Amino acid sequence: MTREALTASALGSSQRESLDGKAGMPEKIGVKNLDFHYGQFQALKDINISIPDRRVTAFIGPSGCGKSTLLRTLNRIYEMYPGQRASGEVIVDGENILKPGADLTELRTKIGMVFQKPTPFPMSIFENVAFGIRLYEKLSRSDLEERVHWALTRANLWDEVKDKLNVVGTGLSGGQQQRLCIARAVAVKPQILLMDEPASALDPISTAKLEELIEELREEYCIVIVTHNMQQAARASDYTAFMYLGELVEFDTSEKIFTNPSNVRTRDYVTGRFG
Amino acid sequence: MTDTTQRPARRSPIQFGDPLFKGLTFFFAMLVLAILTGIVSVLIIDSIPAFKEFGPAFVWNSRWSPALDIYGAFVPLIGTIETALIAMLIGVPFSFGMAFFLTEMCPHWLRQPIAVAIELLAAVPSIIYGIWGLFVLVPIFQNYVEPALISTLGPLPIIGHLFQGPPIGIGVLLAGIILALMILPFVTSVMREVFAAVPAVLRESAYGLGATRWEVVWRVVLPYSRVGVVGAIMLGLGRALGETMAVTFVIGNAHRLSLSLLAPGTTISATLANEFTEADSPLYTSSLIALGLVLFALTFFVLAVGKKLLLRTPATGGRT
Repeated sequence: MTREALTASALGSSQRESLDGKAGMPEKIGVKNLDFHYGQFQALKDINISIPDRRVTAFIGPSGCGKSTLLRTLNRIYEMYPGQRASGEVIVDGENILKPGADLTELRTKIGMVFQKPTPFPMSIFENVAFGIRLYEKLSRSDLEERVHWALTRANLWDEVKDKLNVVGTGLSGGQQQRLCIARAVAVKPQILLMDEPASALDPISTAKLEELIEELREEYCIVIVTHNMQQAARASDYTAFMYLGELVEFDTSEKIFTNPSNVRTRDYVTGRFG
Repeated sequence: MTDTTQRPARRSPIQFGDPLFKGLTFFFAMLVLAILTGIVSVLIIDSIPAFKEFGPAFVWNSRWSPALDIYGAFVPLIGTIETALIAMLIGVPFSFGMAFFLTEMCPHWLRQPIAVAIELLAAVPSIIYGIWGLFVLVPIFQNYVEPALISTLGPLPIIGHLFQGPPIGIGVLLAGIILALMILPFVTSVMREVFAAVPAVLRESAYGLGATRWEVVWRVVLPYSRVGVVGAIMLGLGRALGETMAVTFVIGNAHRLSLSLLAPGTTISATLANEFTEADSPLYTSSLIALGLVLFALTFFVLAVGKKLLLRTPATGGRT
Protein backbone atom coordinates (compact mmCIF):
# COMPACT_ATOMS: atom_id res chain seq x y z
CA MET A 1 0.00 0.00 0.00
CA THR A 2 1.32 3.45 -0.75
CA ARG A 3 1.95 6.02 1.88
CA GLU A 4 -0.88 8.20 0.62
CA ALA A 5 -3.29 5.35 0.96
CA LEU A 6 -2.07 4.62 4.47
CA THR A 7 -2.47 8.20 5.50
CA ALA A 8 -5.86 8.30 3.93
CA SER A 9 -7.03 5.25 5.80
CA ALA A 10 -5.74 6.67 9.06
CA LEU A 11 -7.34 10.02 8.39
CA GLY A 12 -10.50 8.35 7.20
CA SER A 13 -11.04 6.58 10.46
CA SER A 14 -10.44 9.67 12.53
CA GLN A 15 -12.85 11.60 10.37
CA ARG A 16 -15.43 8.92 10.77
CA GLU A 17 -14.73 9.11 14.47
CA SER A 18 -15.53 12.81 14.60
CA LEU A 19 -18.64 12.19 12.56
CA ASP A 20 -19.74 9.61 15.08
CA GLY A 21 -20.07 12.50 17.48
CA LYS A 22 -21.57 10.95 20.55
CA ALA A 23 -18.95 8.27 21.12
CA GLY A 24 -15.95 10.41 20.19
CA MET A 25 -14.31 12.80 22.56
CA PRO A 26 -12.67 16.02 21.36
CA GLU A 27 -9.12 15.77 20.11
CA LYS A 28 -6.44 16.19 22.77
CA ILE A 29 -3.34 15.48 20.76
CA GLY A 30 -3.14 16.01 17.03
CA VAL A 31 -0.13 14.74 15.14
CA LYS A 32 0.38 16.10 11.63
CA ASN A 33 2.94 15.04 9.05
CA LEU A 34 5.35 13.92 11.73
CA ASP A 35 8.76 12.63 10.65
CA PHE A 36 11.34 11.45 13.12
CA HIS A 37 15.03 10.75 12.62
CA TYR A 38 17.64 9.03 14.73
CA GLY A 39 20.67 10.48 12.97
CA GLN A 40 20.29 9.23 9.41
CA PHE A 41 17.66 6.64 10.19
CA GLN A 42 14.07 7.70 9.70
CA ALA A 43 12.01 6.11 12.47
CA LEU A 44 8.66 7.76 11.79
CA LYS A 45 7.29 8.51 8.36
CA ASP A 46 4.59 11.10 7.92
CA ILE A 47 2.46 10.19 10.91
CA ASN A 48 -1.02 11.68 11.14
CA ILE A 49 -3.18 10.77 14.07
CA SER A 50 -5.79 12.38 16.27
CA ILE A 51 -5.82 11.19 19.88
CA PRO A 52 -9.06 11.82 21.78
CA ASP A 53 -9.34 13.20 25.28
CA ARG A 54 -10.43 11.01 28.19
CA ARG A 55 -9.96 7.80 26.31
CA VAL A 56 -7.24 5.19 26.20
CA THR A 57 -5.36 5.03 22.93
CA ALA A 58 -2.96 2.13 22.38
CA PHE A 59 -0.04 2.01 19.98
CA ILE A 60 0.75 -1.52 18.87
CA GLY A 61 3.14 -3.00 16.36
CA PRO A 62 6.22 -5.18 16.11
CA SER A 63 9.52 -4.13 17.71
CA GLY A 64 11.14 -1.19 15.99
CA CYS A 65 7.91 -0.01 14.35
CA GLY A 66 8.24 3.41 15.96
CA LYS A 67 5.48 3.23 18.55
CA SER A 68 7.72 4.17 21.46
CA THR A 69 9.35 6.87 19.36
CA LEU A 70 5.95 8.35 18.60
CA LEU A 71 5.10 8.33 22.29
CA ARG A 72 8.39 10.01 23.16
CA THR A 73 7.70 12.76 20.66
CA LEU A 74 4.50 13.70 22.46
CA ASN A 75 6.36 15.21 25.42
CA ARG A 76 9.62 15.91 23.59
CA ILE A 77 11.59 13.68 25.97
CA TYR A 78 13.62 12.53 22.93
CA GLU A 79 15.37 15.89 23.04
CA MET A 80 17.60 14.68 25.85
CA TYR A 81 19.58 12.79 23.25
CA PRO A 82 21.65 14.32 20.50
CA GLY A 83 20.90 13.34 16.92
CA GLN A 84 17.19 12.79 17.46
CA ARG A 85 14.99 15.12 15.42
CA ALA A 86 11.30 15.48 14.89
CA SER A 87 9.65 17.55 12.18
CA GLY A 88 6.01 18.17 11.53
CA GLU A 89 3.42 19.15 14.09
CA VAL A 90 2.29 17.77 17.41
CA ILE A 91 -0.64 19.81 18.59
CA VAL A 92 -1.62 19.60 22.24
CA ASP A 93 -4.62 21.73 23.18
CA GLY A 94 -4.28 23.72 19.99
CA GLU A 95 -0.59 24.46 20.42
CA ASN A 96 2.22 23.01 18.36
CA ILE A 97 4.67 21.67 20.94
CA LEU A 98 7.41 21.01 18.39
CA LYS A 99 7.68 24.72 17.76
CA PRO A 100 11.11 25.93 19.01
CA GLY A 101 9.66 28.41 21.50
CA ALA A 102 7.30 25.94 23.18
CA ASP A 103 7.46 25.94 26.98
CA LEU A 104 8.72 22.46 27.82
CA THR A 105 8.25 22.77 31.55
CA GLU A 106 4.64 23.74 31.15
CA LEU A 107 4.15 21.00 28.59
CA ARG A 108 5.52 18.40 30.94
CA THR A 109 3.25 19.49 33.78
CA LYS A 110 0.44 18.73 31.43
CA ILE A 111 1.86 15.40 30.34
CA GLY A 112 2.89 12.65 32.73
CA MET A 113 4.99 9.73 31.63
CA VAL A 114 5.34 6.18 32.91
CA PHE A 115 8.12 3.96 31.67
CA GLN A 116 8.65 0.33 30.86
CA LYS A 117 10.59 -0.29 34.02
CA PRO A 118 9.49 1.33 37.24
CA THR A 119 11.73 4.30 37.93
CA PRO A 120 11.28 5.33 41.56
CA PHE A 121 13.71 8.03 42.59
CA PRO A 122 16.24 7.24 45.33
CA MET A 123 14.14 8.78 48.06
CA SER A 124 11.20 7.91 50.28
CA ILE A 125 7.77 6.96 48.92
CA PHE A 126 6.37 10.25 50.12
CA GLU A 127 9.19 12.25 48.53
CA ASN A 128 8.80 10.37 45.26
CA VAL A 129 5.22 11.53 44.93
CA ALA A 130 6.00 14.99 46.27
CA PHE A 131 8.89 15.43 43.82
CA GLY A 132 6.86 16.68 40.88
CA ILE A 133 4.49 18.72 43.02
CA ARG A 134 7.39 20.57 44.59
CA LEU A 135 8.68 21.54 41.17
CA TYR A 136 5.63 23.64 40.40
CA GLU A 137 3.73 24.43 43.52
CA LYS A 138 4.53 25.80 46.92
CA LEU A 139 2.17 23.87 49.12
CA SER A 140 1.98 23.89 52.88
CA ARG A 141 2.99 20.65 54.57
CA SER A 142 -0.60 19.62 55.18
CA ASP A 143 -1.69 20.44 51.62
CA LEU A 144 1.27 18.52 50.31
CA GLU A 145 0.42 15.54 52.48
CA GLU A 146 -3.13 15.68 51.29
CA ARG A 147 -2.05 15.77 47.65
CA VAL A 148 0.33 12.85 48.13
CA HIS A 149 -2.47 10.92 49.83
CA TRP A 150 -4.77 11.75 46.93
CA ALA A 151 -2.24 10.70 44.29
CA LEU A 152 -1.41 7.43 46.05
CA THR A 153 -5.10 6.69 46.44
CA ARG A 154 -5.64 7.47 42.79
CA ALA A 155 -2.91 4.99 41.90
CA ASN A 156 -4.50 2.30 44.13
CA LEU A 157 -1.40 2.23 46.27
CA TRP A 158 -2.35 4.10 49.42
CA ASP A 159 -3.53 1.10 51.43
CA GLU A 160 -0.34 -0.79 50.72
CA VAL A 161 2.08 1.99 51.64
CA LYS A 162 0.29 4.22 54.14
CA ASP A 163 2.33 2.83 57.04
CA LYS A 164 5.67 3.18 55.31
CA LEU A 165 5.62 6.49 53.53
CA ASN A 166 9.11 7.24 54.80
CA VAL A 167 10.58 4.03 53.48
CA VAL A 168 12.63 4.31 50.33
CA GLY A 169 10.62 3.68 47.16
CA THR A 170 12.98 1.14 45.67
CA GLY A 171 12.05 -1.31 48.43
CA LEU A 172 8.58 -1.90 46.99
CA SER A 173 7.65 -4.75 44.67
CA GLY A 174 7.82 -4.15 40.92
CA GLY A 175 4.09 -3.66 40.57
CA GLN A 176 3.96 -1.33 43.55
CA GLN A 177 6.89 0.64 42.16
CA GLN A 178 5.09 1.05 38.86
CA ARG A 179 1.96 2.27 40.62
CA LEU A 180 4.18 4.60 42.64
CA CYS A 181 5.44 6.04 39.37
CA ILE A 182 1.86 6.49 38.20
CA ALA A 183 1.07 8.23 41.49
CA ARG A 184 4.08 10.47 40.92
CA ALA A 185 2.86 11.32 37.45
CA VAL A 186 -0.74 11.86 38.55
CA ALA A 187 0.29 14.01 41.52
CA VAL A 188 1.04 17.04 39.35
CA LYS A 189 -2.49 16.77 37.90
CA PRO A 190 -1.57 16.24 34.28
CA GLN A 191 -4.16 15.96 31.55
CA ILE A 192 -2.30 13.38 29.51
CA LEU A 193 -0.62 10.18 30.65
CA LEU A 194 1.92 8.55 28.38
CA MET A 195 2.74 4.96 29.21
CA ASP A 196 5.57 3.15 27.50
CA GLU A 197 4.90 -0.58 27.94
CA PRO A 198 4.05 -0.01 31.59
CA ALA A 199 3.27 -3.67 32.32
CA SER A 200 6.08 -5.41 30.51
CA ALA A 201 8.16 -5.84 33.66
CA LEU A 202 5.23 -6.90 35.84
CA ASP A 203 3.77 -10.22 36.87
CA PRO A 204 0.18 -11.08 35.81
CA ILE A 205 -1.44 -9.97 39.05
CA SER A 206 0.33 -6.61 39.05
CA THR A 207 -0.55 -6.25 35.38
CA ALA A 208 -4.22 -6.85 36.15
CA LYS A 209 -4.09 -4.21 38.89
CA LEU A 210 -2.42 -1.80 36.52
CA GLU A 211 -5.04 -2.34 33.83
CA GLU A 212 -7.75 -1.84 36.41
CA LEU A 213 -6.07 1.44 37.33
CA ILE A 214 -5.90 2.53 33.69
CA GLU A 215 -9.60 1.74 33.38
CA GLU A 216 -10.31 4.06 36.30
CA LEU A 217 -8.01 6.82 35.13
CA ARG A 218 -9.42 6.99 31.62
CA GLU A 219 -12.43 8.94 32.87
CA GLU A 220 -10.19 11.90 33.60
CA TYR A 221 -7.12 11.65 31.46
CA CYS A 222 -6.10 11.30 27.89
CA ILE A 223 -4.09 8.09 28.12
CA VAL A 224 -1.69 6.90 25.46
CA ILE A 225 -0.18 3.48 26.01
CA VAL A 226 2.44 1.63 24.03
CA THR A 227 2.20 -2.10 24.38
CA HIS A 228 3.59 -5.31 22.98
CA ASN A 229 0.74 -7.22 24.44
CA MET A 230 -2.20 -7.31 22.09
CA GLN A 231 -4.59 -8.75 24.63
CA GLN A 232 -3.74 -5.80 26.80
CA ALA A 233 -4.44 -3.34 24.02
CA ALA A 234 -7.73 -5.07 23.27
CA ARG A 235 -8.72 -5.14 26.92
CA ALA A 236 -7.55 -1.78 28.11
CA SER A 237 -7.86 0.63 25.20
CA ASP A 238 -10.67 2.40 23.39
CA TYR A 239 -8.65 3.15 20.28
CA THR A 240 -5.75 1.34 18.76
CA ALA A 241 -3.14 2.48 16.28
CA PHE A 242 -1.23 -0.22 14.44
CA MET A 243 2.22 0.84 13.33
CA TYR A 244 4.64 -0.91 11.08
CA LEU A 245 8.14 0.14 9.97
CA GLY A 246 7.67 3.71 11.04
CA GLU A 247 4.28 4.16 9.42
CA LEU A 248 0.84 4.35 10.88
CA VAL A 249 -1.01 1.55 9.13
CA GLU A 250 -4.39 1.76 10.74
CA PHE A 251 -6.06 3.72 13.49
CA ASP A 252 -9.55 2.92 14.67
CA THR A 253 -11.58 1.82 17.64
CA SER A 254 -9.95 -1.10 19.37
CA GLU A 255 -13.02 -3.19 18.74
CA LYS A 256 -12.66 -2.73 15.00
CA ILE A 257 -8.90 -3.21 14.96
CA PHE A 258 -9.12 -6.48 16.84
CA THR A 259 -12.23 -7.91 15.21
CA ASN A 260 -12.46 -6.52 11.73
CA PRO A 261 -9.43 -4.47 10.67
CA SER A 262 -9.58 -2.85 7.24
CA ASN A 263 -5.92 -3.39 6.50
CA VAL A 264 -4.57 -6.82 5.71
CA ARG A 265 -1.32 -6.21 7.55
CA THR A 266 -3.18 -5.18 10.67
CA ARG A 267 -5.20 -8.36 10.43
CA ASP A 268 -2.09 -10.47 10.02
CA TYR A 269 -0.54 -8.83 13.05
CA VAL A 270 -3.48 -8.98 15.42
CA THR A 271 -4.20 -12.57 14.49
CA GLY A 272 -0.60 -13.42 15.19
CA ARG A 273 0.47 -14.23 11.68
CA PHE A 274 3.58 -12.07 12.04
CA GLY A 275 5.30 -9.76 14.48
CA MET B 1 39.28 -46.42 24.69
CA THR B 2 40.94 -43.31 23.40
CA ASP B 3 38.67 -41.39 25.69
CA THR B 4 39.88 -43.02 28.86
CA THR B 5 43.53 -42.65 27.95
CA GLN B 6 43.18 -39.06 26.91
CA ARG B 7 41.12 -37.84 29.78
CA PRO B 8 43.64 -38.15 32.60
CA ALA B 9 46.29 -36.62 30.36
CA ARG B 10 44.08 -33.63 29.69
CA ARG B 11 42.91 -33.25 33.25
CA SER B 12 46.25 -33.41 34.94
CA PRO B 13 47.36 -29.82 34.27
CA ILE B 14 44.04 -28.63 35.59
CA GLN B 15 44.39 -30.72 38.72
CA PHE B 16 47.73 -29.15 39.46
CA GLY B 17 46.96 -25.82 37.89
CA ASP B 18 43.92 -24.98 39.89
CA PRO B 19 45.48 -25.29 43.36
CA LEU B 20 48.58 -23.63 42.03
CA PHE B 21 46.58 -20.69 40.72
CA LYS B 22 44.66 -20.52 43.95
CA GLY B 23 47.87 -20.52 45.94
CA LEU B 24 49.39 -17.87 43.76
CA THR B 25 46.46 -15.47 44.04
CA PHE B 26 46.26 -16.17 47.76
CA PHE B 27 49.93 -15.29 48.01
CA PHE B 28 49.37 -11.97 46.21
CA ALA B 29 46.45 -11.13 48.43
CA MET B 30 48.45 -11.96 51.53
CA LEU B 31 51.35 -9.91 50.22
CA VAL B 32 49.20 -6.78 50.49
CA LEU B 33 48.53 -7.51 54.14
CA ALA B 34 52.20 -8.27 54.76
CA ILE B 35 53.34 -5.02 53.16
CA LEU B 36 50.82 -3.01 55.10
CA THR B 37 51.80 -4.69 58.37
CA GLY B 38 55.46 -4.15 57.55
CA ILE B 39 55.02 -0.45 56.87
CA VAL B 40 52.92 0.14 59.94
CA SER B 41 55.26 -1.76 62.23
CA VAL B 42 58.33 0.09 60.91
CA LEU B 43 56.52 3.39 61.44
CA ILE B 44 55.55 2.43 64.96
CA ILE B 45 58.89 0.90 66.01
CA ASP B 46 60.97 3.76 64.61
CA SER B 47 58.79 6.44 66.12
CA ILE B 48 58.97 4.94 69.61
CA PRO B 49 62.01 7.11 70.66
CA ALA B 50 60.15 10.29 69.75
CA PHE B 51 57.00 9.30 71.59
CA LYS B 52 59.11 8.17 74.57
CA GLU B 53 60.72 11.57 74.70
CA PHE B 54 57.68 13.76 74.12
CA GLY B 55 54.77 11.50 74.98
CA PRO B 56 51.44 11.90 73.21
CA ALA B 57 51.99 15.67 73.49
CA PHE B 58 54.11 15.23 70.36
CA VAL B 59 50.91 15.45 68.37
CA TRP B 60 49.75 18.81 69.74
CA ASN B 61 53.06 20.44 70.56
CA SER B 62 53.66 23.25 68.10
CA ARG B 63 57.39 23.58 68.60
CA TRP B 64 59.71 22.13 66.03
CA SER B 65 63.28 23.06 66.79
CA PRO B 66 66.08 20.86 65.45
CA ALA B 67 68.60 23.12 67.20
CA LEU B 68 67.19 22.29 70.63
CA ASP B 69 66.16 18.78 69.61
CA ILE B 70 62.52 19.51 70.46
CA TYR B 71 59.87 18.30 68.05
CA GLY B 72 56.08 18.63 67.88
CA ALA B 73 53.74 17.62 65.05
CA PHE B 74 51.11 20.30 65.50
CA VAL B 75 52.17 22.83 62.85
CA PRO B 76 52.63 20.37 59.98
CA LEU B 77 49.49 18.51 61.05
CA ILE B 78 47.40 21.67 60.94
CA GLY B 79 49.06 22.66 57.65
CA THR B 80 48.17 19.29 56.16
CA ILE B 81 44.55 19.57 57.23
CA GLU B 82 44.33 23.21 56.19
CA THR B 83 45.72 22.71 52.69
CA ALA B 84 43.59 19.62 52.16
CA LEU B 85 40.47 21.50 53.27
CA ILE B 86 41.19 24.42 50.94
CA ALA B 87 41.78 21.93 48.15
CA MET B 88 38.47 20.21 48.82
CA LEU B 89 36.55 23.48 49.19
CA ILE B 90 37.76 24.66 45.81
CA GLY B 91 38.25 21.37 44.00
CA VAL B 92 35.01 19.56 44.79
CA PRO B 93 32.56 22.22 43.57
CA PHE B 94 34.65 22.69 40.42
CA SER B 95 34.78 18.97 39.81
CA PHE B 96 31.05 18.66 40.38
CA GLY B 97 30.41 21.49 37.95
CA MET B 98 32.64 19.96 35.31
CA ALA B 99 31.13 16.51 35.73
CA PHE B 100 27.65 18.04 35.65
CA PHE B 101 28.41 19.92 32.46
CA LEU B 102 30.03 16.93 30.79
CA THR B 103 27.22 14.50 31.52
CA GLU B 104 24.17 16.74 31.22
CA MET B 105 24.76 19.62 28.87
CA CYS B 106 27.97 19.32 26.93
CA PRO B 107 27.48 19.21 23.17
CA HIS B 108 28.51 15.79 21.94
CA TRP B 109 31.50 16.90 19.90
CA LEU B 110 33.03 18.73 22.86
CA ARG B 111 32.58 15.90 25.34
CA GLN B 112 35.51 13.75 24.26
CA PRO B 113 38.10 16.54 23.98
CA ILE B 114 37.29 17.84 27.45
CA ALA B 115 37.29 14.36 28.95
CA VAL B 116 40.69 13.64 27.40
CA ALA B 117 42.05 16.98 28.62
CA ILE B 118 40.94 16.15 32.14
CA GLU B 119 42.67 12.78 32.00
CA LEU B 120 45.81 14.47 30.71
CA LEU B 121 45.70 16.87 33.62
CA ALA B 122 45.92 13.83 35.86
CA ALA B 123 49.01 12.68 33.99
CA VAL B 124 51.00 15.83 34.72
CA PRO B 125 53.68 14.91 37.31
CA SER B 126 53.25 16.66 40.62
CA ILE B 127 56.65 18.32 40.41
CA ILE B 128 55.49 20.14 37.29
CA TYR B 129 52.58 21.55 39.26
CA GLY B 130 55.09 22.67 41.87
CA ILE B 131 57.37 24.39 39.39
CA TRP B 132 54.46 25.99 37.61
CA GLY B 133 53.02 27.15 40.92
CA LEU B 134 56.33 28.64 42.03
CA PHE B 135 57.19 30.45 38.83
CA VAL B 136 53.79 31.40 37.49
CA LEU B 137 51.26 31.47 40.30
CA VAL B 138 53.44 32.89 43.06
CA PRO B 139 54.11 36.22 41.25
CA ILE B 140 50.45 36.50 40.27
CA PHE B 141 49.37 35.87 43.85
CA GLN B 142 51.99 38.20 45.21
CA ASN B 143 51.08 41.09 42.96
CA TYR B 144 47.37 40.77 42.38
CA VAL B 145 45.42 38.08 44.19
CA GLU B 146 46.73 38.43 47.72
CA PRO B 147 46.74 42.27 47.89
CA ALA B 148 43.14 42.13 46.69
CA LEU B 149 42.23 39.50 49.30
CA ILE B 150 43.92 41.48 52.06
CA SER B 151 42.14 44.69 51.17
CA THR B 152 38.70 43.12 50.66
CA LEU B 153 38.43 40.20 53.09
CA GLY B 154 41.12 41.34 55.52
CA PRO B 155 39.04 43.94 57.38
CA LEU B 156 36.09 41.58 57.86
CA PRO B 157 35.44 40.52 61.46
CA ILE B 158 36.03 36.75 61.69
CA ILE B 159 37.29 35.49 58.37
CA GLY B 160 39.51 38.56 58.18
CA HIS B 161 42.01 36.75 60.41
CA LEU B 162 42.59 34.29 57.62
CA PHE B 163 43.79 37.03 55.28
CA GLN B 164 46.40 38.98 57.21
CA GLY B 165 50.08 39.65 56.72
CA PRO B 166 52.28 40.64 53.82
CA PRO B 167 51.38 39.29 50.37
CA ILE B 168 54.34 37.07 49.64
CA GLY B 169 52.62 34.65 47.31
CA ILE B 170 54.08 31.55 48.90
CA GLY B 171 51.86 30.14 51.63
CA VAL B 172 49.10 27.85 52.74
CA LEU B 173 46.46 29.34 50.45
CA LEU B 174 48.48 28.84 47.28
CA ALA B 175 49.40 25.31 48.34
CA GLY B 176 45.72 24.57 48.81
CA ILE B 177 44.89 25.98 45.39
CA ILE B 178 47.61 23.91 43.70
CA LEU B 179 46.26 20.86 45.49
CA ALA B 180 42.78 21.72 44.27
CA LEU B 181 44.08 21.71 40.69
CA MET B 182 45.78 18.39 41.28
CA ILE B 183 42.77 16.58 42.67
CA LEU B 184 40.43 18.09 40.07
CA PRO B 185 41.02 15.51 37.33
CA PHE B 186 40.61 12.53 39.66
CA VAL B 187 37.49 13.75 41.32
CA THR B 188 35.99 14.93 38.03
CA SER B 189 36.54 11.74 36.11
CA VAL B 190 35.18 9.54 38.87
CA MET B 191 32.16 11.81 39.30
CA ARG B 192 31.60 11.88 35.57
CA GLU B 193 31.58 8.11 35.47
CA VAL B 194 29.18 7.70 38.37
CA PHE B 195 26.85 10.34 36.91
CA ALA B 196 26.91 8.62 33.56
CA ALA B 197 26.08 5.32 35.25
CA VAL B 198 22.72 6.64 36.46
CA PRO B 199 20.05 4.83 34.41
CA ALA B 200 18.71 6.92 31.54
CA VAL B 201 15.11 6.10 32.47
CA LEU B 202 15.57 7.70 35.86
CA ARG B 203 16.71 10.90 34.17
CA GLU B 204 13.87 10.68 31.70
CA SER B 205 11.36 10.29 34.51
CA ALA B 206 12.62 13.40 36.19
CA TYR B 207 12.79 15.41 32.97
CA GLY B 208 9.38 14.01 32.08
CA LEU B 209 7.98 15.58 35.23
CA GLY B 210 9.27 18.90 34.00
CA ALA B 211 12.35 19.11 36.19
CA THR B 212 15.14 21.40 35.07
CA ARG B 213 18.66 20.10 34.56
CA TRP B 214 19.71 21.39 37.93
CA GLU B 215 16.75 19.74 39.66
CA VAL B 216 17.45 16.47 37.88
CA VAL B 217 21.10 16.45 38.90
CA TRP B 218 20.68 17.80 42.40
CA ARG B 219 17.65 15.80 43.44
CA VAL B 220 17.87 12.60 41.40
CA VAL B 221 21.32 12.00 39.92
CA LEU B 222 23.29 13.07 42.97
CA PRO B 223 21.27 11.10 45.54
CA TYR B 224 21.36 8.07 43.27
CA SER B 225 25.11 8.21 42.85
CA ARG B 226 26.12 9.49 46.26
CA VAL B 227 28.24 6.46 47.10
CA GLY B 228 30.36 7.06 44.03
CA VAL B 229 30.48 10.79 44.64
CA VAL B 230 31.66 10.36 48.21
CA GLY B 231 34.18 7.84 46.92
CA ALA B 232 35.44 10.41 44.42
CA ILE B 233 35.76 13.02 47.15
CA MET B 234 37.61 10.58 49.40
CA LEU B 235 39.99 9.75 46.59
CA GLY B 236 40.71 13.44 46.17
CA LEU B 237 41.08 13.97 49.88
CA GLY B 238 43.49 11.06 50.21
CA ARG B 239 45.61 12.53 47.49
CA ALA B 240 45.45 16.05 48.92
CA LEU B 241 46.57 14.84 52.34
CA GLY B 242 49.56 12.96 51.05
CA GLU B 243 50.72 15.15 48.16
CA THR B 244 54.33 16.16 48.69
CA MET B 245 56.27 17.71 45.85
CA ALA B 246 53.96 20.45 44.60
CA VAL B 247 53.15 21.53 48.13
CA THR B 248 56.78 21.66 49.14
CA PHE B 249 57.44 24.09 46.30
CA VAL B 250 54.85 26.67 47.21
CA ILE B 251 54.03 26.40 50.91
CA GLY B 252 57.14 28.07 52.30
CA ASN B 253 58.10 25.24 54.68
CA ALA B 254 57.95 27.31 57.85
CA HIS B 255 57.29 25.68 61.21
CA ARG B 256 55.31 28.60 62.39
CA LEU B 257 51.76 28.60 63.59
CA SER B 258 49.75 31.32 61.93
CA LEU B 259 46.07 31.93 61.59
CA SER B 260 46.55 33.61 58.23
CA LEU B 261 46.24 31.52 55.10
CA LEU B 262 48.67 33.85 53.37
CA ALA B 263 51.51 33.02 55.75
CA PRO B 264 54.00 30.30 54.91
CA GLY B 265 53.40 27.02 56.65
CA THR B 266 54.22 23.40 56.14
CA THR B 267 52.57 20.03 55.80
CA ILE B 268 53.65 16.68 57.12
CA SER B 269 54.77 15.35 53.78
CA ALA B 270 56.55 18.60 52.89
CA THR B 271 58.42 18.47 56.20
CA LEU B 272 59.43 14.88 55.60
CA ALA B 273 60.68 15.63 52.09
CA ASN B 274 62.62 18.65 53.25
CA GLU B 275 64.20 17.46 56.43
CA PHE B 276 65.02 13.78 56.14
CA THR B 277 68.43 14.48 54.67
CA GLU B 278 69.20 16.94 57.44
CA ALA B 279 68.13 14.79 60.34
CA ASP B 280 71.38 14.46 62.26
CA SER B 281 70.19 13.20 65.63
CA PRO B 282 68.39 9.91 66.25
CA LEU B 283 65.58 11.82 67.93
CA TYR B 284 65.18 14.03 64.86
CA THR B 285 64.87 11.00 62.57
CA SER B 286 62.52 9.30 64.97
CA SER B 287 60.38 12.45 65.16
CA LEU B 288 60.12 12.61 61.39
CA ILE B 289 59.00 8.98 61.29
CA ALA B 290 56.52 9.74 64.04
CA LEU B 291 55.26 12.54 61.82
CA GLY B 292 54.75 9.97 59.06
CA LEU B 293 52.82 7.81 61.49
CA VAL B 294 50.59 10.77 62.33
CA LEU B 295 49.91 11.31 58.62
CA PHE B 296 49.14 7.64 58.18
CA ALA B 297 46.74 7.74 61.12
CA LEU B 298 45.08 10.87 59.76
CA THR B 299 44.58 9.41 56.29
CA PHE B 300 43.37 6.14 57.76
CA PHE B 301 40.93 8.00 59.96
CA VAL B 302 39.58 10.06 57.06
CA LEU B 303 39.12 7.04 54.84
CA ALA B 304 37.51 5.09 57.67
CA VAL B 305 35.05 7.89 58.32
CA GLY B 306 34.29 8.04 54.60
CA LYS B 307 33.67 4.29 54.48
CA LYS B 308 31.47 4.55 57.51
CA LEU B 309 29.39 7.30 55.91
CA LEU B 310 28.98 5.16 52.83
CA LEU B 311 27.85 2.15 54.81
CA ARG B 312 25.28 4.18 56.64
CA THR B 313 23.68 5.50 53.47
CA PRO B 314 23.62 2.85 50.75
CA ALA B 315 23.18 3.90 47.13
CA THR B 316 19.48 3.61 46.61
CA GLY B 317 18.25 2.47 49.94
CA GLY B 318 18.54 2.83 53.65
CA ARG B 319 16.47 5.32 55.51
CA THR B 320 15.83 8.73 54.13
